[in-house]
Amino acid sequence: MRTAERKWTVAQIDEAVLDDLALGATVLGTGGGGDPYVGCLMAREAIRRKGPVPLMDVEALPERGLVVPVAMMGAPTVLVEKLPSGEELARVVRALERRVGRPVVALMSAEAGGVNSTIPVAAAAELGLPLLDADGMGRAFPEIPMCSMHLAGVAATPMALADEKGNLELLETVDNFWTERLSRTATVAMGGSSIIALYPMEAGQVRGAVIAGTIGRAIGIGRVLREARSGGFEVLEALLDVTGGRLLFAGKVVDVLRRTQGGFVRGTASLDGTGRDEGSVLRLEFQNENLVAVRDGLPLASVPDLLSVLDAETHTPITTEGLAYGQRVELLGIPSEPVWRTPQGLELVGPRAFGYDFDFIPLERGGSGERGLQAGH
Amino acid sequence: MGYRLGIDVGGTNTDAVVLDEEHRVLAKAKTPVSRDVVSGIRAVVAEVLQKSGVDPAAVTHAMLGTTQVTNAIIERRGLAPVAILRLGAPATRAVGPLAAWPSDLREKVEGPSAILPGGVEYDGRPISAFDAEAVRRFVREALDQGFRAFAVTGVFSPVRNDDELHAAEIIEHEAGGEAVLSLSYEIGSVGLLERENAAVLNAAVSGVAARVTEAFRAALESLDVRAELFLSQNDGTLMSLDYARRYPILTVACGPTNSIRGAAFLSRRRDAVVVDVGGTSTDVGVLVSGFPRESAVAVEIGGVRTNFRMPDLISIGLGGGSRVRLEAGELRVGPESVGSAILEEAQVFGGRTLTMTDVVVARGMASLGDPKRVTAEAGLLEAAFRKAVAMVEEAVDRIKTSAAPVPVVAVGGGSILLPDRLEGASEIDRPEHYEVANAIGAAIAQVSGTVDRIFSLEQRSREAALSEARESAFAEAVRAGADPKTVEVIEVEEVPLAYLPGNAVRVKVKAAGRLRGVEVS
Repeated sequence: MRTAERKWTVAQIDEAVLDDLALGATVLGTGGGGDPYVGCLMAREAIRRKGPVPLMDVEALPERGLVVPVAMMGAPTVLVEKLPSGEELARVVRALERRVGRPVVALMSAEAGGVNSTIPVAAAAELGLPLLDADGMGRAFPEIPMCSMHLAGVAATPMALADEKGNLELLETVDNFWTERLSRTATVAMGGSSIIALYPMEAGQVRGAVIAGTIGRAIGIGRVLREARSGGFEVLEALLDVTGGRLLFAGKVVDVLRRTQGGFVRGTASLDGTGRDEGSVLRLEFQNENLVAVRDGLPLASVPDLLSVLDAETHTPITTEGLAYGQRVELLGIPSEPVWRTPQGLELVGPRAFGYDFDFIPLERGGSGERGLQAGH
Repeated sequence: MGYRLGIDVGGTNTDAVVLDEEHRVLAKAKTPVSRDVVSGIRAVVAEVLQKSGVDPAAVTHAMLGTTQVTNAIIERRGLAPVAILRLGAPATRAVGPLAAWPSDLREKVEGPSAILPGGVEYDGRPISAFDAEAVRRFVREALDQGFRAFAVTGVFSPVRNDDELHAAEIIEHEAGGEAVLSLSYEIGSVGLLERENAAVLNAAVSGVAARVTEAFRAALESLDVRAELFLSQNDGTLMSLDYARRYPILTVACGPTNSIRGAAFLSRRRDAVVVDVGGTSTDVGVLVSGFPRESAVAVEIGGVRTNFRMPDLISIGLGGGSRVRLEAGELRVGPESVGSAILEEAQVFGGRTLTMTDVVVARGMASLGDPKRVTAEAGLLEAAFRKAVAMVEEAVDRIKTSAAPVPVVAVGGGSILLPDRLEGASEIDRPEHYEVANAIGAAIAQVSGTVDRIFSLEQRSREAALSEARESAFAEAVRAGADPKTVEVIEVEEVPLAYLPGNAVRVKVKAAGRLRGVEVS
């Protein structure tokens, strides 16, 4: 748990805090995860109607009652065109409440990065519930089992999926991988995006199963970036401080290659070092999200650690779709949550899980040679 | 013999050129923009006609590039309130129309709005059945309250536009020709809120567009020019005045675009980087197959996110009028500029401000005014020049798509400050008439059609989808006034949709051709 590093705490999410959350979630989205914009607008409208959302510390959770993560599933491109009706949010939560037979006491984010950082805020405002200051990833990952709840042995089902028309599907599966497969099919039938509620947990069960403090952390990152825009302090220092991360590389994008494979956009960006990194070359591999950084042929950092590309001047995060030749960028590395660095965590979301043939090197040990491994070994 | 007139109303100057049938420049003129734009246009056109000796009656086509619509949005002037109809219920109700608009603009533009059934999924299946009666009720109420401008947006209308068209029929029928209609599928691409914003802005500036086009017509008629009239648009192609009245929003970035097109024509290049140096700023754009490369990201206009076609540009605060000074031992070039006051303020003209024009004149790169009046020492002039060059070199490098050196075309009145060599440039072209490249860009513009749509490749082949997109773009170009014999596809882009099984792909095709009725050798 990294709560000690939090520089700012907020008691509730109002409209201003929401903007910080969305900006910070783009950094934790590591280049993918979808644009939080639509979720942000949904949350803003809900907050205007129903008031701000209390942000609840994991320690403050009551023992009894349900905690339910809410998210959007499917293609971000569909989400930005066919916006939700807004009623799906309450419908999926109520469905789980009925099915499990307990009242929901708090909602939660399944991931702290990208579009799913703001949708649970909309749901919480809509339902008048607090949002737990926690998530299941500390970043964004593409699949349902890629979360701390799964590692803690929590079942993703019963899970509810809803579309804007009023269709609701309740899933019960033999394991979380089946949940991924079946809910993906249902989402396509619903038109490419759906609202989901899953991993219902008894409040008492939550503490060991979630990653605490991550929403406050995203808000803190967003706040640093927003204040940086008005100038006046060392942005990078503040950013490293609030993320616990490090500057892995500064350089210029000299080439970007993209290809499509199994519904994912895979690609490689090549960076020529500048300043301290002059003379070095960095290869950044991505599959929607940034996954692997290789410096001068040696792995420097990789998933599950977070790799975020920022514009060197404005420190605005750049998505994998937005990467283009000529950009001056900074590669920010943020250590992943400890749960991802366990053997079970690495099996699920380590470099090999994404098809790269080398073992995970924690970014604090990667770098220019001393502990680096040859790529491909 | 038929002649063409190109006019560009910029921030500082109004430029005009007369071209003959072989696209030779017969005359050019430049005057400061008048507060009343019409009299400025009339003055510059009168001058250019007189210089060329061309009979006004022999001008067959006149093309105008103007920032009037952009200014109306930025300054919140002359905007019409818009009745906003969205088709897609029960989807999309979570975020209403104009949700993220700045409140001062929203106050001017917002009329009644409704989210009614209709719209389709990404694969073209209906979301809910179009409700003609509900649309009719909404339209009648809006008309009764006095609203005449309508914006209609259907979910995934870039995939299937049936419901938007159906709503348009109802509006036209109910309003009996009195309404201004803005259909989102004709303006923006995938991204509902951004496309809706573009459609609403388009409807809101309809009055401005009507006045500009009418003034343009009147200015030319007063000079006995009875040519066919066109406005240039963001992508470097033309719209008839009727089309421009329906899609005025598509003119908002035509200025830099005209310069890029003019640079292409003057340099006879189809692929290059174009550096357009004005009095205050420099725009760097990319010429791809003879057209400006488009921006891939959402662009804000007047504080509103939109997603219609805009040129990809890097603008830097460097121009002929940029101030050069030492501040706390640090040399600064721009972004402040003496602007249109250069004849009073620059040192070579007897003024007291050191500008980039003084730097290049003192270095012997241009002969203007009196170089002896420049007081700065040689070391400072040299450093300022090197700094300006470095700023341009970095902008050129940022906008390129690969490390390979590219040809650079330098245009605009301020391009005298560029050296003969730039890092990253294979060569530098300084075509004749560089200072009026924007007016030339307007005069030689072609007519285009664009399609930007999501296709599902479950039911049909990729080839079938691409050929349907090509045919639609072709038909769109012809509809906008292109000669079908000259229309060709100039751009095809395919983007697969992430996180979505089922092979959905977004296809973008642009076709362009010469104007009907213009003979070119």
